[in-house]
Amino acid sequence: MELKTLFKFAPNKLEGEENTLVRKKTFVNCTSCGNDILKKDIKDALYICNVCNYYYKISARKRIMLLTDDDSFYEFDKDFRSTNILGFPEYDEKLNKAYEKTKENEAVITGKAKIDDIECCIFAMETNFIMASMGAVVGDKITRIFEYATENNLPVIGIIASGGARMQEGIISLMQMAKVSGAVKKHSDAGNFYLSLLTHPTTGGVEASFAMLGDVIIAEPGALVGFAGPRVIEQTLRKKLPENFQRAEEVLKCGFIDDIVDRVEQREYISKMLKYNRKA
Amino acid sequence: MTSYEKVLASRGKNRLTAISYIENLITDFVELHGDRRYGDDSAIITGLGLLGGKPVTVVGIEKGTETAEKIKHNFGAAHPEGYRKALRQFKLAEKFNRPVICFVDTSGAFCGIDAEERGQGQAIAENLAELMTLKVPVISIIIGEGGSGGAIALAVADEVWMLSNAYYSVISPESCATILWKDVNKAEDAANALKITADDLYSFGIIEKICEEPQDFTIEEDREKFFNQLSIELQIKLNELKNIDTDLLLDNRYNKFRKIGKYEENSGFNMSKLNTLYRML
Repeated sequence: MELKTLFKFAPNKLEGEENTLVRKKTFVNCTSCGNDILKKDIKDALYICNVCNYYYKISARKRIMLLTDDDSFYEFDKDFRSTNILGFPEYDEKLNKAYEKTKENEAVITGKAKIDDIECCIFAMETNFIMASMGAVVGDKITRIFEYATENNLPVIGIIASGGARMQEGIISLMQMAKVSGAVKKHSDAGNFYLSLLTHPTTGGVEASFAMLGDVIIAEPGALVGFAGPRVIEQTLRKKLPENFQRAEEVLKCGFIDDIVDRVEQREYISKMLKYNRKA
Repeated sequence: MTSYEKVLASRGKNRLTAISYIENLITDFVELHGDRRYGDDSAIITGLGLLGGKPVTVVGIEKGTETAEKIKHNFGAAHPEGYRKALRQFKLAEKFNRPVICFVDTSGAFCGIDAEERGQGQAIAENLAELMTLKVPVISIIIGEGGSGGAIALAVADEVWMLSNAYYSVISPESCATILWKDVNKAEDAANALKITADDLYSFGIIEKICEEPQDFTIEEDREKFFNQLSIELQIKLNELKNIDTDLLLDNRYNKFRKIGKYEENSGFNMSKLNTLYRML
């Protein structure tokens, strides 16, 4: 007997359904390039496809864990839940679906953590929760984290993504733009550092407030960053937009962000910025 | 009038635009152009003048009335340079310690390629932050449409007033209906659901005053009466705000917005417990 046959590759023995099942457990099909990639590889590469370099969405909670020192994150205000202030149709159902889908209470997670032993406040937005739109609770939680950081002279790291203001909370959501921007300004006037990391997509009332107010603003490769959504612009102008329009790479060229930072380098970059920009 | 009828009235043909307000309220007005960065946006008019004999900075979003004028003013849809031009005037007002009056009338900040490339979001964000800490009294009046981010960029103020038929909303009822129900004809339902009238906003504590408008702005007598009343109310309020210590003025302004949508104990969450927790950290 040849040695080769003795060590026959196990999956070959599996036929049909069983084979697919094993494959499903260990591989994912990349939504961008279509290649099968080992799940473990994707995870190790911070959810980036190792074939086509596509950036997968990661949850807000995971983002915080990836950027902060082990066991250093202490969450604030995690029980805050939205109420249907205006009695807006279908909003309660939307919220319930979001709770179920994300197991989170709202579209932003805020708290205190350490990055390379430097204390900071951090918040991250969850796009699976009604497109991380900003209603009263999102506005309030972010305002509170900036107020806490101002009181305690701490820097703030914001991991941002959002479809904009939350329509279902009407004018109350619009007012959050002013409220959060005011809190950011006070934090800044007190000499504290704020870095915003823009992830895909950062648009609307969130882009036009605290996303663009960072002392340093960085973005993930390919992230959409803009005020008006591309579909709205296309409809208004009745023409197709250039392919890279509002992508981080273009926004960098226009001069509105400091740099594009790969996911694997974000932690080191932020750590460096925290060290360079200590309160005088 | 229903909410949607008010929306239509706020865009009405005979509605007065910012220029009329400036002409009727401000004497010796001098327009100042340009943002010193890129260009001069004619959707936003800025300048200096006298209100009741005292210098004020005036910023107004102008829609234009005749077709040619409308095109010239881009239908009141401002580009980033418009918001930056306003900011320049805000800073100048602070330097010379004079109050600011803003007239807001826009369906929204301009939505287009060039506006995005020049940082529409950044321009709005900066205005929000700077207005919150501007060390002079600011009054903003929504005279017609208060369209979302493009409106609030000039309305972070000590007092926000609204005309009785104006609306102020996070999204236009038409866009809201299109997104939610894929049907622009349901704009009326959207207008009701969004709660966008002056009465709604007054009841939320988001605006401080509703300025009753005449039934018909084209009747000269009514118009005159309206502007006389508005002029007096502005002078009284500015005088009042001027006498407030600057730190207190800014605290009040911040707290006014701070309390909008403030988290209350609506899920049995105890605030004092939280504060103790914070202290322990």
